[in-house]
Amino acid sequence: MNKKQKTMLGRILVSAALMVGLAFAPLTGWPRFAAYLVPYLIIGHDILRKAAKGIKNRQVFDESFLMAVATLGAIALALTEDGDYTEAIAVMLFYQVGEWFQSYAVGRSRRNISQLMDIRPDYANVERDGQVVQVDPDEVTVGTVILVQPGEKVPLDGVVVEGSSTLNTSALTGESLPRQAAAGEEVLSGCVNLTGLLKIRTTKEFGASTVSQILDLVENASSRKSRSEAFITKFARVYTPAVCGAALMLAVLPPLIRLGALGLAPAWGDWLYRALTFLVISCPCALVISIPLSFFAGIGGASKAGVLVKGSNYLEALAQTSCVVFDKTGTLTQGVFQVVGIHHAALPEEKVLEYAALAESASSHPISKSLRQACGKDLDRCRVTDIQEISGCGVMAQVDGIPVAAGNEKLMAQVGVQAEPCRQVGTVVHLAVDGAYVGHILVADVLKPTAKQAMADLRRAGVEQTVMLTGDREEAARQVAREVGVDQVHSQLLPGEKVTWVERLLAGLPPRKKLAFVGDGINDAPVLARADIGIAMGAMGSDAAIEAADVVLMDDDPRKIAKAIRISRKCLGIVSQNIVFALGVKGVCLVLGALGIANMWLAIFADVGVMILAVLNAIRALFVQKL
Amino acid sequence: MRKTYRIDVDCANCANKMEQAANKTPGVKEAVVNFMTLKMNVEFEEGQDPKAVMAQVRTNCKKVEDDCEIFL
Repeated sequence: MNKKQKTMLGRILVSAALMVGLAFAPLTGWPRFAAYLVPYLIIGHDILRKAAKGIKNRQVFDESFLMAVATLGAIALALTEDGDYTEAIAVMLFYQVGEWFQSYAVGRSRRNISQLMDIRPDYANVERDGQVVQVDPDEVTVGTVILVQPGEKVPLDGVVVEGSSTLNTSALTGESLPRQAAAGEEVLSGCVNLTGLLKIRTTKEFGASTVSQILDLVENASSRKSRSEAFITKFARVYTPAVCGAALMLAVLPPLIRLGALGLAPAWGDWLYRALTFLVISCPCALVISIPLSFFAGIGGASKAGVLVKGSNYLEALAQTSCVVFDKTGTLTQGVFQVVGIHHAALPEEKVLEYAALAESASSHPISKSLRQACGKDLDRCRVTDIQEISGCGVMAQVDGIPVAAGNEKLMAQVGVQAEPCRQVGTVVHLAVDGAYVGHILVADVLKPTAKQAMADLRRAGVEQTVMLTGDREEAARQVAREVGVDQVHSQLLPGEKVTWVERLLAGLPPRKKLAFVGDGINDAPVLARADIGIAMGAMGSDAAIEAADVVLMDDDPRKIAKAIRISRKCLGIVSQNIVFALGVKGVCLVLGALGIANMWLAIFADVGVMILAVLNAIRALFVQKL
Repeated sequence: MRKTYRIDVDCANCANKMEQAANKTPGVKEAVVNFMTLKMNVEFEEGQDPKAVMAQVRTNCKKVEDDCEIFL
């Protein structure tokens, strides 16, 4: 509770106590009026003042005005008729209780959500003159060595120079599996150091570090408003004046008709009471507060799950996704080459791999790297001499004094051996040792382990069409498509042609359905921008992707796409529940009020009760763990 | 130029009113009020002095919603 809320609570309690006490006081006439005026003014003086200011500033139709007119009217009725002032005070009291609760609930959820997203590091440990001091991360320059102890957050992006540890990346990725970090590896700010002391050389300033960028993004996310929010804002603008007008007519027209056309008693008091009830019901707050709150909670929940959504509008679009288009490399596949097989080996497989890795040890080509990686041991480069790169064919070298040739079929033909062709898709490295063919090694980009599950999840989430667009060769594309289970494949595309395909798919979509493009964010910027929703994958630390995409998946897991869609559906579901519920209850109460069935007490429920329920419902959007 | 200011306001509808008032202020290209984070993000028109414009925005907001504050 802040100071404002505490004062308000005091006013509510004092005024309620006075009201109850006065019910036992034997007062009549003017003294009674004066006595009841005290609790009324205690609870409502600021509302009256606001209403007066509103009229002065020509902002007539707001809530304060509604409440002021309704309660002053009720007092006037009490004065002339039955002397029951409690109703006026009660209306004001409950209105203030509602406002107080709203302010309290919103404050609480605001804090809760911010806490959830609180990954901001408070300090960085820097060594100065042999002493470790804590400084503001903002003050740390690029290239400084910082210390991160177990249990602390990594404050800035950098490279480990000393020590090794496991890191908890869940604040960034929503993934609870800890990650290893050792000297020479890159670490991102926002991770929590779990086990060992790390010394990190920073590579970015705090403002450019991952954690700052994420915070920035999430905080600005709800600035991009969704259509539902825009609708509610417009609605509220028309709604209040309309209800005021209706109330005025309700107060004046029926008595006049009764008097003029029907020859009955006008019953002014009765109709005025109904009109006032009408006014109390009409406050639009339940709608106006619960819709942005739902989106805010939804975005907060998504970011907790490792999905950054850049605006409420994108959350809304995600819920309507019916077609998901994928890039292949880096999105469905790992994007790195790996040795997937050794065939026709005439020597033990490790030996084949070792020869190939040694022969290629001087090359920086991705294929050579994957060979060295698969070999797994430290290679002694002194064993290799006379390295000759034969451009477009491969490498010839002497390993331990034995001539080795590693490369494609052309190279094999050059050294005069017969190469065995490979039936699988990928890059094939043939190997000849001492003039004899000893087999070939198949190197290929491998699928992400979750890619297949991701497609099944998407289908279950109601996505009707999945398409893969790739610049890769047709056979490679087809094989991936078959294994993963995408509906359509288009291969050998230039970046520009990808845009054309996305446009073609967009044109074929039914209205109110959306297309999402998923890419790794490095060379897909134009397509990401062209699609209804651009989703960048594995973008942790890549500025370009965060810039170009609308939704950022913090880890590489394609299953998160379906999760994001489910989160958005839940959030949008809550939004429409709230709209229907609030408008429905209010509508019914308005009719009951006009017919004279509903009294002020019901009116108060229609206003405050609905608001409270809508706020509680909105908070549900935050809980996305089980989706 | 874009700048973000911290604000204080009690109800969501009031935040919407502030947004409208800010958008109508000369020199403001676009203003977005975020009730949940209590922030106002203002894009100024070319060659406008943010300080002078924001003073006016604050006055205009006070007019529509007495109980609000923009921390300049």
